[in-house]
Amino acid sequence: MNNWSWEYVRDILPDLLQGLWITVQATLYGSLVAFALGLVWALLLRSPSRWVTWPVSIVVEFVRNTPLLVQLFFLFFVLPGWGLTFPPLATGVIGLGLHYSTYTAEVYRAGIDGVPEGQWEAATALSLPRRRTWTSVILPQAFRRVVPALGNYVIAMFKDTPMLAAITVAEMLFRANSIGATTFDYMEPITVVGVLFVVISYPTSLALRALERRLVR
Amino acid sequence: MSDDSTPKKATVGTEEDGPELVRFDRVTKRFGTHTVLDSLEMTVYSGKHVTLIGPSGSGKTTILRLLMTLLKPDEGTIKVGDAYLTHEEKNGKLVPAGEKHCREVRKNIGMVFQQFNLFPNMKVLRNITEAPVHVLGLDKGAAEERARGLLDLVGLTQHIDKYPSQLSGGQQQRVAIARALAMRPQVLLLDEVTSALDPELVAGVLDVLRDIAHTTDITMLIVTHEMNFARDISDCVMMFDQGRVIEFGTPEKIFSEPENDRTREFLSAVL
Ligand SMILES: Nc1ncnc2c1ncn2[C@@H]1O[C@H](COP(=O)(O)OP(=O)(O)O)[C@@H](O)[C@H]1O
Ligand SMILES: [Mg+2]
Repeated sequence: MNNWSWEYVRDILPDLLQGLWITVQATLYGSLVAFALGLVWALLLRSPSRWVTWPVSIVVEFVRNTPLLVQLFFLFFVLPGWGLTFPPLATGVIGLGLHYSTYTAEVYRAGIDGVPEGQWEAATALSLPRRRTWTSVILPQAFRRVVPALGNYVIAMFKDTPMLAAITVAEMLFRANSIGATTFDYMEPITVVGVLFVVISYPTSLALRALERRLVR
Repeated sequence: MSDDSTPKKATVGTEEDGPELVRFDRVTKRFGTHTVLDSLEMTVYSGKHVTLIGPSGSGKTTILRLLMTLLKPDEGTIKVGDAYLTHEEKNGKLVPAGEKHCREVRKNIGMVFQQFNLFPNMKVLRNITEAPVHVLGLDKGAAEERARGLLDLVGLTQHIDKYPSQLSGGQQQRVAIARALAMRPQVLLLDEVTSALDPELVAGVLDVLRDIAHTTDITMLIVTHEMNFARDISDCVMMFDQGRVIEFGTPEKIFSEPENDRTREFLSAVL
């Protein structure tokens, strides 16, 4: 077993930090996709028509119950055969966003169900149109309730980004792996990657808990 | 002695008072096999204040919720002014109404709930202006002016910029009254609006309602256990039992010389 070398760490750190930036980008854009798409699923699943809810719930359950890695491979290796080619990072963002949208859909559903019946009744009593009831009464109250849960999924997604290495996205793990392949020394790069994940996700989860306490008031 | 088994056809007011405003025509409402309202016939003329009394579960809330279209009748029709509430006339036939028709008729009706149901994500001012702006199409300035006037009426001008959670229950309920009035409804429905309040906050809310009852020509349907309040403001008190009007009349008559044994029992229990 070789000894830990700080010099080696210093040499590879800039490259890994560039990877971190890719990781962060994948997480942020992936989250935006998951937030938006999840809301679309949640609203469609409340449609009074079965012709809407059935197909949507089949798609959502299918995506939720297949592994993210399989989905990433599908997007990256199968879709190009059908003439749909995206750069690796975009593919990763779509994959993460789509996969996590099936979880955020559930979060939104709970958030919307958590808005008291009386709010709907008050909106009806004031004759507020359906759309206005959603945008000014129900969703603002639902969003407050779902922020902590959505935040937890962002952190989970962040920790899932190394899977993007499998579709050649040059995020942290991909770079650590490349470095190791040339130096035959994996200990420092892989350890630094782990540490960088902790350095980001732990404070984020603390901040989230603080936010949660503020929102609950 | 009146006969308990025949439902009464209750009429409040006469044509001299103005147009017929609310009319229940043989309205039946069931929950499962439980018949909550049994072929109710009730007519209220414009400007009248009607208090519904009766034991818990007798169907009082159901009547208000039917009028607010929060429930749909199983049989019978409800008219507000000239329009059917949950039905539309098409080719001379009555058919269930679409959402648009319901919303149009419902604009004439306002409701204040036991639990206030203010929008917690909006400040007091916007709670009141939201519907006038987005339902009546008032511009923001006009809606805010209307809101200020109403907040003055309910004595909450200084709380205009607060969130509901920063107000006491009594203050919240007064905002809810202002919010309902901002739509200038012809009919105001009040369902036990003081029941959720701490006792010391009840009087403030009732004073506001007395004021409104005496200074406006709004028609009111009120469910309350505050019998003194009911006596002060009602043109008519209706006693319900098991989904039927078993007795109705002026507050003096109902409270002083009720004819029906069950009315007497009920009143001796609550007075
Ligand atoms: N959503 C509902 N589902 C089933 N039963 C209901 C529902 N709402 C009211 N009821 C029943 O209808 C009856 C009348 O209720 P309600 O109109 O609330 O009476 P009141 O306001 O006079 O106390 C009660 O027996 C109540 O249990
Ligand atoms: Mg009730």
